[in-house]
Amino acid sequence: MHDTLVDYDKQMGLENFHPSLVKGPVGVNINSLGEADVFGLEPKIISRGVNFYYGSKRALNNINISFAPRRVTAIIGPSGCGKSTFIRLLNRMHELVPGTRLEGEILLDGLDIISPACDAADLRKRVGMVFQKPNPFPKTIFENIAYGLEVNGVTDRQVIEATVVDSLKKAALWGEVKDRLKDSALGLSGGQQQRLCIARALAVSPEVILFDEPCASLDPISTGKIEELILQLKKDYTIIIVTHNMQQAARVSDRTAFFLMGDLIEEGRTDNIFKAPRDRRTEDYITGRFG
Amino acid sequence: MHRHFDDELRQLKGELVRMADMAQSAITQAVEALKNRDKAAAQRVIDSDVGMDSLELVIDDKCLDLIALHQPMAGDLRFITTAIKLNAELERIGDLAVDVAQRAIEIADKPMLKPLVDIPRLADAAKRMTGQAIEAFVNSDTALAKKVILSDSEADELKRRVEKELVYDYMIKDGSTADRAVPLLLTARHLERICDHAVSMAEDIVYMVSAVVVRHHPEEL
Repeated sequence: MHDTLVDYDKQMGLENFHPSLVKGPVGVNINSLGEADVFGLEPKIISRGVNFYYGSKRALNNINISFAPRRVTAIIGPSGCGKSTFIRLLNRMHELVPGTRLEGEILLDGLDIISPACDAADLRKRVGMVFQKPNPFPKTIFENIAYGLEVNGVTDRQVIEATVVDSLKKAALWGEVKDRLKDSALGLSGGQQQRLCIARALAVSPEVILFDEPCASLDPISTGKIEELILQLKKDYTIIIVTHNMQQAARVSDRTAFFLMGDLIEEGRTDNIFKAPRDRRTEDYITGRFG
Repeated sequence: MHRHFDDELRQLKGELVRMADMAQSAITQAVEALKNRDKAAAQRVIDSDVGMDSLELVIDDKCLDLIALHQPMAGDLRFITTAIKLNAELERIGDLAVDVAQRAIEIADKPMLKPLVDIPRLADAAKRMTGQAIEAFVNSDTALAKKVILSDSEADELKRRVEKELVYDYMIKDGSTADRAVPLLLTARHLERICDHAVSMAEDIVYMVSAVVVRHHPEEL
């Protein structure tokens, strides 16, 4: 069995990545999960001993997890388990909610992103986010993408135009909108709007893209396009996707993490999580026995 | 939390147990027909195989429905994929019982070559191993499944003994015995193949219960 796992890791280019590179101070010992023992590749993001509070309510308990570069990690778990809360920490969106408190350490390429020395705007350029509901600006398709560049001080029209085209192509939307760039983005379908939001995130050249249930409001065809896009984007970006859709997690991700009531219960290769999870609570969740 | 899906899985399990009962019954009746030189009983085994064939299709269809409609995960997924495999193994066991019944018909009217000693033992091993594999499936009992896997060498040894005796003590010494020795030789082979299918079932059951692959990995036993 182990040989098969190692072969799979090689095929997936995961042979040099291992979550045990994270050593949390207490709590989940990720190394004890017994993944194939392969080391070497630096994780893109490391969460170490992260606790998070909304007021006095603790929403995350000692989260220790790392994310491999240019791989897709799915975060699954029931509503209220802390999965969206967790990914919002990764680009400091939590700071927009008053009364919150974060403990622990989150590193992006070794940089402590929680430190006051790290500028949140710079961080959000590196770590983009796509939300559950498509949220295009009430502007033209072109302006939606150009906006992020202009806010970041890009003034060269040629650069802006080239980036808009490039981002739309990367988001697999160019063919559908190339003749209507001056139309309102609000006239696009839900699936197109979501891909526009992905293009908008790509325009500022992020390294990590966080997807928070990106297909929750989309039909199966649009969902399929977004999933296909995620699989293409992972060649260049580190992707973390929160989803309630088990099949989606299984289809698009290399690794899956299961959260429950603020705890990280289990993290591992997606095929292992869905074929043979180690923790009974994971099994109960993915087979729908929770209740 | 009650799941309607669990009721469907229980129903599938029941169908597989029915398939297993039919397979075990076919082995028993085929070997009895061989021992008692009872052509009518052998023919009944052959005729009843159509029932197993039909049930095989029903179970396959049920498994495909469960996958298509419920997209099972984890233990549920392992259960259904194992059910598909066990179903195929049991159908093959039924076919091998038919093969034994055909051999019984071939030798029924001929003088007995020798008293049957090891073939009934091999038949007992085939029935026992098949029964234990199904019991392991019903009770998710990996210890019993592993016992079945480890019994394979016993069946291999019995088959070797039958072959050696028939070839060296009969066929080589007296070529005219071949028409009675060959059906017995084939019977031993059929029964040993039944044991192999029981072992395959047991390997699948270990995976279903514990997610450990022991097939082709004896070190995992």
